[in-house]
Amino acid sequence: MTDAPLLEFRDVGIAYATRAGEVPVIPALSFRVSAGEAMGLVGESGCGKSTVALSIVRYLGRAGRLVRGRILFEGRDLATLDDEELRAVRGRRIAMVYQDPMASLNPVMTVGRQLMEVPMIHEGVGAATAHARAIEMLREVNLSDPEAVMARYPHQLSGGQQQRIVIAMALIAEPALLVMDEPTTGLDVTVEAAVLDLVRELRRRRRTAILFISHNLGTVVRVCDRIGVMYRGELVEEGSIRQIFTDPRHPYTRGLLDCLPVLGRDKRYAPLVPIPGQLEPALSRPPGCGFAARCIHVDRARCTSAPIPLLPRDGARGHRVACVRATELAPWARRRAEGTAADAAVVSDPVISTQRLGKVYHARSGLFGAGRAAVRALRDVDVVAVRGQTLAIVGESGCGKSTLAKVLTGIEVATDGHVTLDGAEIGRLGVDGRSRELRRKLQMVFQNPDSTLNPSHTVGYAISRALRRLRDRAPADPSAGVARLLEVVKLAPQMAARKPRQLSGGEKQRVAIARALAGDPDVIVADEPVSALDVSVQATIVNLLAELQAARGTTLVFISHDLAVVRYLADHVAVMYLGAVVEFGRVASVFAPPYHPYTEALLSAVPVPDPDRQYARILLEGAVPRASERLRGCPFATRCPRKLGAVCDDTPPPVQRLPGGHHIACHIPTAELETLQTALVEPSREER
Amino acid sequence: MTAPATAEALSVSPPATSRRRARDGWRRLARVGESTPATVGVLIILFWLAVAALAPLLAPYPPNATDLAALAHPTPSRAHWLGTDHLGRDLLSRLAWGARPVLVIAPLAVLGATALGCLLGLAAGYHRRWIDLVLTRACDIVLSFPVIILYMIILTTFGSSAWNIVGVLTLTKAPIIARIVRGMTLELRECEYVAAAKMRGESALYIMVVEILPNARGPLIVDMCLRTGYNIIIIGVLGFLGIGLPPPDPDWGGMVKDTYGMMSVWPHMALVPCAAISSLVIGFNLLAVGLRELGLRD
Amino acid sequence: MARFFAKHLAFLLLTLLVVSFLVFALSEFSPGAVARKELGAYATQEQVDLLTRQMGLDRPLPVRYAEYLGKAAAGDLGYSARFKLPVKDVIGKHLGNTALLAALAFACIVPLSMLLGIAAGMRESSRLDRAILLFSTVVASIPEFALGVFLASVFVVWLGWLPGTATLVAGGGWSVATQLVLPVAVIVLFDSGYVISMIRASMIEVMQRPYIRTAVLKGMPLRDVILRHAVRNAMINPITVIMLQINYLIAGVVVVETVFAYPGFGRMMLEAALFKDIALVEAGALVAVFVAVATNILGDLAYMVLDPRIRA
Repeated sequence: MTDAPLLEFRDVGIAYATRAGEVPVIPALSFRVSAGEAMGLVGESGCGKSTVALSIVRYLGRAGRLVRGRILFEGRDLATLDDEELRAVRGRRIAMVYQDPMASLNPVMTVGRQLMEVPMIHEGVGAATAHARAIEMLREVNLSDPEAVMARYPHQLSGGQQQRIVIAMALIAEPALLVMDEPTTGLDVTVEAAVLDLVRELRRRRRTAILFISHNLGTVVRVCDRIGVMYRGELVEEGSIRQIFTDPRHPYTRGLLDCLPVLGRDKRYAPLVPIPGQLEPALSRPPGCGFAARCIHVDRARCTSAPIPLLPRDGARGHRVACVRATELAPWARRRAEGTAADAAVVSDPVISTQRLGKVYHARSGLFGAGRAAVRALRDVDVVAVRGQTLAIVGESGCGKSTLAKVLTGIEVATDGHVTLDGAEIGRLGVDGRSRELRRKLQMVFQNPDSTLNPSHTVGYAISRALRRLRDRAPADPSAGVARLLEVVKLAPQMAARKPRQLSGGEKQRVAIARALAGDPDVIVADEPVSALDVSVQATIVNLLAELQAARGTTLVFISHDLAVVRYLADHVAVMYLGAVVEFGRVASVFAPPYHPYTEALLSAVPVPDPDRQYARILLEGAVPRASERLRGCPFATRCPRKLGAVCDDTPPPVQRLPGGHHIACHIPTAELETLQTALVEPSREER
Repeated sequence: MTAPATAEALSVSPPATSRRRARDGWRRLARVGESTPATVGVLIILFWLAVAALAPLLAPYPPNATDLAALAHPTPSRAHWLGTDHLGRDLLSRLAWGARPVLVIAPLAVLGATALGCLLGLAAGYHRRWIDLVLTRACDIVLSFPVIILYMIILTTFGSSAWNIVGVLTLTKAPIIARIVRGMTLELRECEYVAAAKMRGESALYIMVVEILPNARGPLIVDMCLRTGYNIIIIGVLGFLGIGLPPPDPDWGGMVKDTYGMMSVWPHMALVPCAAISSLVIGFNLLAVGLRELGLRD
Repeated sequence: MARFFAKHLAFLLLTLLVVSFLVFALSEFSPGAVARKELGAYATQEQVDLLTRQMGLDRPLPVRYAEYLGKAAAGDLGYSARFKLPVKDVIGKHLGNTALLAALAFACIVPLSMLLGIAAGMRESSRLDRAILLFSTVVASIPEFALGVFLASVFVVWLGWLPGTATLVAGGGWSVATQLVLPVAVIVLFDSGYVISMIRASMIEVMQRPYIRTAVLKGMPLRDVILRHAVRNAMINPITVIMLQINYLIAGVVVVETVFAYPGFGRMMLEAALFKDIALVEAGALVAVFVAVATNILGDLAYMVLDPRIRA
């Protein structure tokens, strides 16, 4: 009995009916999850991992259909269950947790009632028992004051609390299998770390099997024993965490690992290697390996003639690979920071800088503008970007990094302090007030590829319009200018005739970069330009930005929440919390002790795709306070794990200046911080 | 410098793309065939458009000519296929001629209301602040007033004519369109491509007309179809209440007004124009349902 | 809550002021008209001018408007030239009749539209959905007078089951109850077509929400998912529109009242407008606006009751 898997996919094929005909999203998939085991499914968007999750609970919608194979759960074929039996399995034996907890909770019902429903449906217990069970469960997911939480509506809880509620709701009936579909995507990194720890803890305590689906290799490592890597609906490789991370055999797995920025990587020493090409539509599936068209190890004769089976590897228990060349490939090695390139010259020529920059929003409420609540989005921000280098602004949502981008670009204007560009004050100049020359000098790349280009205009129009508005003289032949810019961002000139809906996310982002380059700007402000992209696409865009900077000497202000990307791309980093810069300096010094306690917490929370890495986690309590609250002391005082006492609440922290332009705003002396803290980032070149 | 620059902006797309755009338009139009409601709707509308256009050829008699001989037996006969009304006027002829004013006034008023509504909605949604406050309050006031009473007061005061009907329909429907456009503008103005346009120093007018408006066209087209249907209903209602197009020229609503009192004796006199007006409105509403369906599929 | 009422009350007063002024200005557009109406077509111009002066109608519009407002506030709405009765009594009687019709219709529209709208939106593009969509589109497309004519030709002319008029005077062998059937049916059909499609659209959207998936995957029977999780969410958006139907039912049913000779508010307004009974038109317009704004407030209130997110 112990050997029988809890869940088994036997040669499962799933197709969706579309207007263009039936599309096989999953051609043939087989895998098992044993009782108590945690299995991860990893892949980029469109690889079919969410379809797998939904097929387990038979919730494919009317368009989706199981076309072949069987899905067995506890030995029973799920397809044969009638409605009654299916309901008995759903919620009771298999529970689900998905992305976006806010959306998965009913907004007009208290979370308590939603929790109580589960035992009331499945065990027929009364409201009183269900209430007690719910309270107990909330305690188990570490929610303080469960009684009060029960009476709240979802919108009254923070994202982390909501996800804990969803997890509690899934576990309250003690299911045998918990399916988690991107459970931490969209959460801030410190919240994500706490949720992942909770999942691990609950799993240890309850022995629930978990199928953990994610695009992020780093989160999977924290929870799972085994990983399956999916590409175009197929499992291309499967094995233990250690096998996948130390000895990946499938070229796609290797590609994923190579294009993933990890803390400690740096553009100068260990460039990311993107996977060439892009995901092809499911309709045009080749006869052989689905990855063949993008594979650098492809052997046309063998790879594209017949379906490639997922075969066990000799001598590696549980490791299966779907690649004909699996045994031929050379051993894989994580690219380490190496090489001897010297650091770029120390701060010399500041292009854009801010001095005590402040931004206050007056939220107007009430009929006559009464009851104004001021929100301080930026407080005394001092940052400098050096010519030809990258300044990164990092922090979690609500820290003010996007507001800073808006003030720099003039979409918003400063209410206090200064922004200096090439010695000229521009903080109070909105975009409308900026001269053509100023607009040309400073351009922006935006976050959302789906909103960055106007869906009604062609790529050519978008770029030529920018050329015309930002150049002093209108170019004689705009289409030549467009073609040249497209070439700079490595797109074919034929793209000019396309509309945005005919482009992939990465292509849209390249067009947006081309548009920003139209006036040959000195400074580009990029607000989370890669956060909506898949890792392999992210790598190409990050590399493109680095190359453009090297070739044109453009200064980059790079706003991001992703510390790994920042570590990779940036020369200087400013860490923001609640509108204030808590730490600023060269990237190597910010990512090494002494840290500001907030930087330390952020770094310790970053999911690292390396099974050998076990750092002591610093968990932050509570939520980010509202920026409107009157702040006397340190903004981080309410959550700081190293808080000294009343001084932190009452007195603004001094800015301690270390050598090399490294600033830390903290009451704790940096020497003391240094002795308390351990290195959280892979030692860089210097120590090696 | 500015004039040639503008000309250049317009000619940026080489001729090939404009041809492609035309082809795009045709392909989209052909897609109407993919939706049954849209197809049926279009067929009904085309039928009535043809009837209106060919009225002089289709109508066997002048619309106001009375046939006293038919008065004794006004029911459908070989001479009068749909019968005659209480004055002995041929119903088929009046029906055909009566399609003309409806099919001119209703779309004209919709175009007027859409133009005015877009203007107000774009201004309110894009500039916000006081313009928005004033415009939305004004729209709320116009909208909260029961329109039919408004029509009664205005049309009895100023007299009823085709132009007056177009006028009141435009003025009373514009706030609804303004509200829709304002909502979409509020959403679209936050799009990153609008920020990008500001970053290259585009004027507010350019952003509203070139960046925002084209992306609001989908819901607007659906709404224009619905609105045309409602306008046809209102034109009928005004005729029925006796404050619509002045007699004796044929007007479908007026035809019902004149004859519904004789329902118990000659029901066909009221039934025929009622069926005509209902089918035309159904045509526009089915088209709207179908377009919405097609739009959601993209 | 206090702010909510203060805000709406302010808007109500503002609207009443603006509309009453517009209607006042519009009806008294031509100064001689009132006296001409009073004296008939055969009076000489001198007589008309004299009466105009005597009635104070030659004074500037704002002055007369202020005077009118003062009187109205004191409860004096003037005298109806058409009905030869104080305006207050005329409006009271007709408004009562219309309220009866509106209440009956509203009591049918809400449950019918909810039932059909939710049944249709529950499974988009199912056969039931297509049928309901077609039904609601068609009934919403037929003008009320045409619906009246169609129904009357079947039930009055052909079958003879119901009376063709609803004068509210029992006579000709028809009770008041039977007289009300056709007018109510026409209003219900015409109006629910629109409300059904609103509820349907909202329901379709709600059924695609992740929280519905959460409920289904809890193992809840579909019926409970719909009743406990979907319906309340699906009613949040249409509720304001549903409340606005009261506005239409009171001030907008002039056509139905005309078709069935029903002595209601709408027909009274039409007669007053055609007869240029200015005092009645002005007062009636005020009542209509009051009802409109009041239903707006009601709609916002209902919205707040349904959605906890905006209560905070």
